[in-house]
Amino acid sequence: MMNCRNATRLMSEAQERPLSTTERMSLKLHVIMCSGCHNFKDQMGTLRLMARAYAKRKNEPMNEK
Amino acid sequence: MTANQDHKENTRQTENLLADAAFLEDIRRQMIKFATLQLGDGHLAEDAVQEALIGALKNASSFGGRAALKTWIFAILKNKIADTLRHKQRVVNASSLLREEDEDEELSELFDRKGFWQQDERPVAWGNPEAFLRETHFWRVFEACLERLPPKQARVFMMREFIELDADEICVAVDLTTSNLHVLLHRSRLRLRECIENNWYLQGERNDELP
Repeated sequence: MMNCRNATRLMSEAQERPLSTTERMSLKLHVIMCSGCHNFKDQMGTLRLMARAYAKRKNEPMNEK
Repeated sequence: MTANQDHKENTRQTENLLADAAFLEDIRRQMIKFATLQLGDGHLAEDAVQEALIGALKNASSFGGRAALKTWIFAILKNKIADTLRHKQRVVNASSLLREEDEDEELSELFDRKGFWQQDERPVAWGNPEAFLRETHFWRVFEACLERLPPKQARVFMMREFIELDADEICVAVDLTTSNLHVLLHRSRLRLRECIENNWYLQGERNDELP
């Protein structure tokens, strides 16, 4: 079975490139059984959302001090 | 008021704002901080900010007030940063790459010898982010976590997620192989994730300790 280090690496890479079918399948298997990686997977999306919101926020007026 | 008078009035207001030393200094400070984070170099940041401000002064028209002007200046700055990142080859020299910590050592805090999560490092569920993205305190935590990343990790993360360059563009700009880039982004996301979790989620979404 794939370990968490490799699973998180693939989930990170998925933010830059499409994963192969094999990669997707083995990742899916791991994530079903691992709650930590399941949460990590959701967080990749959230992290991107945060980063985009942060950059956008910097472009917007009157938001911070 | 006619459209023309309106335009003149706006231009005058904008010029007044740009002549307002306190306003300029404040916005300049924010710009320098934003640019330095992303360029990792104070001089490059100063240059980008300078150019953005000159651009703003040259075209000081149709900005009816402080809010619109600031939005616009930051939009110019973001473009300057993107240009700088795209055109500046080898922003980070080889020695700074070597100074980044050893990968095994870094990841061993997170994963056991077999590569599975250490008990207390396993990610928890974050819940719906929409609610806290409006909170100023959350952004202070986010920014502090960003500043704690090793410089090279922070830089590629920001190029990817703030400036939205694609992987190939980043590799060219900082002279990395694709596989190096994947490693750096993986580490930056692991660290950032962990920092946000520890300092926001596990602190009941309040932590005034963080600098």
